[in-house]
Amino acid sequence: MRKKHDWLRETYQKSLEKMPERPVAHRTLSDIAPEPLYTPEDIGVLDPEYEEKRGYPGEYPYTRGVYGSMYRSKLWTMRMFAGFGTAEQTNERFKKLLKAGQTGLSVAFDLPTLMGYDSDHPLSKGEVGKCGVAVSSLADMEILFDGINLEEVTTSMTINSPANAIWAMYLAVAKKRGYDWKKLGGTIQNDILKEFIAQKEFIFPPEPSVKLVIDTFEWGPKNVPKWNFISVSGYHIREAGSTAVQELAWTLADGFEYVEAALKRGLDIDEFAPRISFFFDVHNDFFEEIAKFRAARRIWAKEMRNRYGAKNPASWMLRTHAQTAGVSLTAQQPLNNIARVAIQALAAVLGGTNSLHTDAYDEALALPTEESATIALRTQQIIAYETGVTHTIDPLAGSYYVEWLTDEMERQAMAIIEEIRRMGGVVRAIEEGYFLRELAEASYRYQQEVERKERIIVGVNAFTDEIPLKVPIQLVDPEVERVQAERLARVRRERDPKRVEEALAGLRRAAVEGQNTMPHFVECALAYCTLGEMMDVLREVYGTYQEPAYV
Amino acid sequence: MQGVDRRIRVLIAKPGLDGHDRGAKVVARALRDAGMEVIYTGLRQTPEMIVSAAIQEDVDAIGLSILSGAHMHYFREVKRLLEEQGASDILLFGGGIIPDEDVPKLKELGVAAVFGPGTSTQDIVDFLRQAVPERWRAQGLG
Repeated sequence: MRKKHDWLRETYQKSLEKMPERPVAHRTLSDIAPEPLYTPEDIGVLDPEYEEKRGYPGEYPYTRGVYGSMYRSKLWTMRMFAGFGTAEQTNERFKKLLKAGQTGLSVAFDLPTLMGYDSDHPLSKGEVGKCGVAVSSLADMEILFDGINLEEVTTSMTINSPANAIWAMYLAVAKKRGYDWKKLGGTIQNDILKEFIAQKEFIFPPEPSVKLVIDTFEWGPKNVPKWNFISVSGYHIREAGSTAVQELAWTLADGFEYVEAALKRGLDIDEFAPRISFFFDVHNDFFEEIAKFRAARRIWAKEMRNRYGAKNPASWMLRTHAQTAGVSLTAQQPLNNIARVAIQALAAVLGGTNSLHTDAYDEALALPTEESATIALRTQQIIAYETGVTHTIDPLAGSYYVEWLTDEMERQAMAIIEEIRRMGGVVRAIEEGYFLRELAEASYRYQQEVERKERIIVGVNAFTDEIPLKVPIQLVDPEVERVQAERLARVRRERDPKRVEEALAGLRRAAVEGQNTMPHFVECALAYCTLGEMMDVLREVYGTYQEPAYV
Repeated sequence: MQGVDRRIRVLIAKPGLDGHDRGAKVVARALRDAGMEVIYTGLRQTPEMIVSAAIQEDVDAIGLSILSGAHMHYFREVKRLLEEQGASDILLFGGGIIPDEDVPKLKELGVAAVFGPGTSTQDIVDFLRQAVPERWRAQGLG
C-alpha cells in the first residue's frame, strides 16, 4: 500500500519543482493550515480499494487530479469564450479580457465560419458576426490577434468541421509575425463526432470528417508540439439534452474512436495521446457533476493503459476544460443565473477541471455584454481566491456519496461504451441514428418532468413572481456584413491569383489521394485563400452530409 | 375537410445554419403527443424551402426555431415569401434565443407568437388550439 508521505516526497515534490506553490496563504480563515492532500490515513480509516480506485493526484488512475499539486501550484485557466461581429470588435474584447486578468483566449466564431462559408456567401445572410466572430481569410485572423503576443497567450478555438483551415490561418499569422510554432500553445476543438451526435455543425460525411481530424493527430505533434489538436467535447452533447451519464459515456466513446482511427493510420499512441484534451459541461446537479469529472479521468486512464496499451503516463491523463451549462440558464429572472453559474463553477473546480469558462447571466437572452462577461469571470476569481476550496486537492474525496457516485457513473458509462462498441463504434452508431433517438428521448423526458413539476426550476415553473428588470443586451451591428464583404473583396483583389490556384490545387490533390491535408491548408492560408474556397474544394472531393430528420 | 375532427397540421423548421435542434424536436414531439400532425423539416432550411414545404403540406402553422441571433432576417423572409405565394394566412410562430426587445418587432412583422426559453410546451399547444380554429373559421372550414 502506497503511503501518503511517499506521494508527498515523490510526486508532489516533483510537481513543485516544475511549478512552486502559489504565494497565497494556504490557510483557512481560522488560520488552520490544510495539507495539500487528505487520505484515509488522515482520519484513521481503512480503504482497501484506495489505490486502485482513487490513488493520488498526478498518478494513475488520476481520479484525484491529473497534476501532482493541482491548484496549490496553479489555478485552472480562466478562459472566457468570446467573439462577435468583426475581427476588430473581438480583438478589442480580447484585449479587455486580458486586462481584466483572464489567462487565456477562447474564440467563438459565427455560424458561416463554423459551416465553412465566407461572409459574403448567400447562405451567410443575416448570420455574419451574430453568435461569434466572422473569419473568412487570413486577413481577418491577422486583425483578430493584432497586438497580442501569441507565444505568451494560449488560444482556444471553437471550430470543428473547418478546424484544419482555421488552425492553419492562426499558424500562418504566427509564422508571418516570426513566432516559433514550437512555443505556441492552445486548443482547437476539432471534435467532429459530437457534431454528428449533437451540435450538427458538420459539412462532410463522417468518414472523411474523421480523416481530416486524424490529419491533425499526425501533423500536430511534429509541427506544433504544445498544441491540443482536439478537445473531445461532451458539452454540446449535454446541451442537446443528454444526461450526465450519457455525456460521460459518449464523450469517452468519441475519444476512443479517434484513438482507434489514429492507430489504424499507424500513428504512435504515446506521440499523439498526450495532446488529446477534453471539454465537459457542468450542470446543476452538484455532486453528479463532481463525480462525472472524477469518473472521466479514471475511465480514460484505465482504458488508455489497459485496452490501448499506452505507456506514457501523459497518454493516460484526461485534461479537461469545462463550461457552465448554458442550457440550465433561464430567460426568466435572469439575475438568478449568477447563482447557478457560481454553483456550477464550484462543482467544476471540486471536480478538478484544468480550465473553465463561466457563462454570463444573460446567456438565455443574447450574447453577453461586457458587464455580464466580467461578472462571470469575477465569479471564478471569487471561487479561486476567497472560498478556500483550493487549499487542498480533491477535497471531496472519501465522501461516501461522492465516491459511490463516481463508481456508479463509471459503471453506467462503461455499460454504454460497451454497447456502442458492440454496434461497431461511434460512426456506425451515428449512421444507425442511435444518438438521435437517445437524445430525443432524454430531452423530451426532462421537459415532461419540468412540465409536471417533478423538477422545479426556480423562476420558470415555481417562484415565478418577476421583478421587472431591464437586462442590457449586446447587439451586433448590422454593419458587420458590409465590412466583411468589403474586406473579402479587397483580399481577393490584392492576393497573388497564381499562388491561390496552386495552393487550392495542392489541397485538392491531398484530399483525392488521401494524403495529409495540413501542410496544404497552411499554404492556402498563407496564400489568402478564403475559408469558403478551401471548404468548397473538400465539398467537391468528399461530398456533404445530410442527417435524417428524426423527431 | 369538415367538422371537429380536423387535425391541426404544423410545420416545425430550423432555418439557417444553426443546428441547435433540441427545442424544435421537443416541441415537435409535444405537439404530436397533443394529437396534431407535425412535419419536421430537419436542419439548414432556406426560407424558400420552408415556405414551399408549408404550402405543399397544407399546414395551418409554421414554427421556426432560431438560436443564432438571425431571427429578424429569417422571420422577415418567411413572411415575405408566404405573402408572395398567397399563403399569408398560415400562422407563423417561433422560439429560440430572441431578446425581449425584438418580440414587438416580430409581432409587427406578423409573427403570431414568440416562445422563449423555459416555455411550457402546453402553452404552445394551447396557443395553436386557439389560433388555428380561428383561422379555419375565417376560411369557412371549421
